[in-house]
Parts: sequence; structure tokens; C-alpha cells
Amino acid sequence: MKKSHNCGSLLESLSDYVDGELGDALCEEIERHMADCDNCRIVVDTFKKTISLYQETSEKTTIPIGVRERLFHRLDLDDFIQKEN
Amino acid sequence: MIKEPLQEPSLQLLRSGDRTEIARLVDGHSLNIYRLALKMLANPQDAEDVLQNTFLKAIQALPTFEGRSSLATWLYRIAVNEALMIIRKQKPEIELDLQSEDTDETPALTQFTDWCCLPEWELVSAEAKNHFDKAIQQLSEKLRVVFILRDIEGLSIHETSTALDLTETTVKTRLLRARLKLRELLSVYYEERLDMEKSDEKIS
Repeated sequence: MKKSHNCGSLLESLSDYVDGELGDALCEEIERHMADCDNCRIVVDTFKKTISLYQETSEKTTIPIGVRERLFHRLDLDDFIQKEN
Repeated sequence: MIKEPLQEPSLQLLRSGDRTEIARLVDGHSLNIYRLALKMLANPQDAEDVLQNTFLKAIQALPTFEGRSSLATWLYRIAVNEALMIIRKQKPEIELDLQSEDTDETPALTQFTDWCCLPEWELVSAEAKNHFDKAIQQLSEKLRVVFILRDIEGLSIHETSTALDLTETTVKTRLLRARLKLRELLSVYYEERLDMEKSDEKIS
């Protein structure tokens, strides 16, 4: 890894940076650093991508019909099983 | 922030045991609870048990629910406890107190392969998704639950800290560790895919 005094501080701020919770000045500092440090740019890009891949693929989870039916039955709500949109 | 169902059920009706309102509560939140349990436990049968027990306990406790947190946060809290109970039964040897001090360390950065350029079908192939699930299971329970609530269920840091009864600082620290570890694990996986692509190119 190309060493620079900013690589370590980037690690600490990584979550805040990708969540948009860092102030403008710190964001600019990180972006300036990334322009010179390929490894840090890769870390930031793959860090963001890791989170978005988990989000994207988890959004597709559905409840199997049988699971929902057994849940309603267990809760004594059998008469509402058909009400799903 | 938690995406609430279009119209949240009425607390007053829920407390009075109104069955239509309870059915709405269940339909509005069951997917989130089921997904949380699936990601925590990686076992559909265990996830179904968590789902059922969460709503059974919630319905019993509704008359005393004070509404200090949102219904969604409260349900997540019950579900997390149910999931932890199952893990404790299955792995009695591991210490599982979310409030105890962290033993995890911030993972060092060791992977510097840029795999973002891989085609979308490769990034989200069935095999890749299977790897995501395995990677999440490699996190300690403390890190896993924070990652699931914050990044998969989309709770804010504040909501996650309320659901888990942790400080926001602890949530942030654990979230960073979880994300870093998953990035490392995904990088190892995708680096292999990139190497395979390169060797395929050489052959053809």
C-alpha cells in the first residue's frame, strides 16, 4: 500500500464518509488523498460496493407463502390469511 | 430510517386486542423480522421460529407497550433477543452478551483488488449471493446484528442503538468493523473471479 499520512485516518472515517456524515472539509481532504492513493480509492469503492450489494440482494427476500400461513395460524389469525394484497 | 408501512396500525386498537389491526401489524412487519432472523441464523426453520415467537410475544406485550420507540424498533428488539436465544442454545460455549465489551478488533486492510469492474451478473450470481451469506456468518454475533439492522434493514444509527440498547458510539464502531470484515471477505472471493476471467482470456 502506498503509504501516506492519510491512509490511517481514512480507515477511521470510512463509515462516516460513505454514509455522508462527514463535514465538507474532511470529505475534500479524503477525496484529495484518494486522487493520489490508488489503494485508498479501491478500499472506498469496494467498501461502498460491499454495502450496496448486501442491500440490493436482501431487498429481494420474500416470505414464503407457507411461512406466512403458519405464522397467521400460530397467532390464531387464520381468518386473515387470505387478506394479503 | 425504518420504512414504516403506509399507515401504521393504531396503538390504541392494538392494545385493545383488535384482531384486524393485529393482522395489519403482522403483515406490515413480518418480512423485516423474517429477513433479520434469516440473516442472523442462516437457517429457514430457525428463522420461522423467531418470526412466530416474536409476534406471539409482541401480541402478549402490546397492552403494556408504552410507545417510547416505534413499533418497528420494538419488534426488532424482540426478534434479536429471540435469535440470540436460539444461538445460545446451539452454541452454549460462546459468550453472547451484546452489552459486554468488544473483543473484536478493527480488521486490518489486506485486500486491494478493485473488483467493482466485474459485470453485474458476476457480482450478484447465485454463487456470489451464497458467499455473502457465508461471509455474514463469519462475523461475530455482536457485529452481525449491527450490520443487519443498519445496512440490511436500513435503520439509522440511533434506531439501531435503541433496538440493541447500545450507545451510538458502540454501534458505529461495530458497524465499521463489520463492514471492513465483509469487504475483505468479498474482495477475496471476487479476486478469485477476476483471476479466473484473466486465465479464461489467456486461453481464448
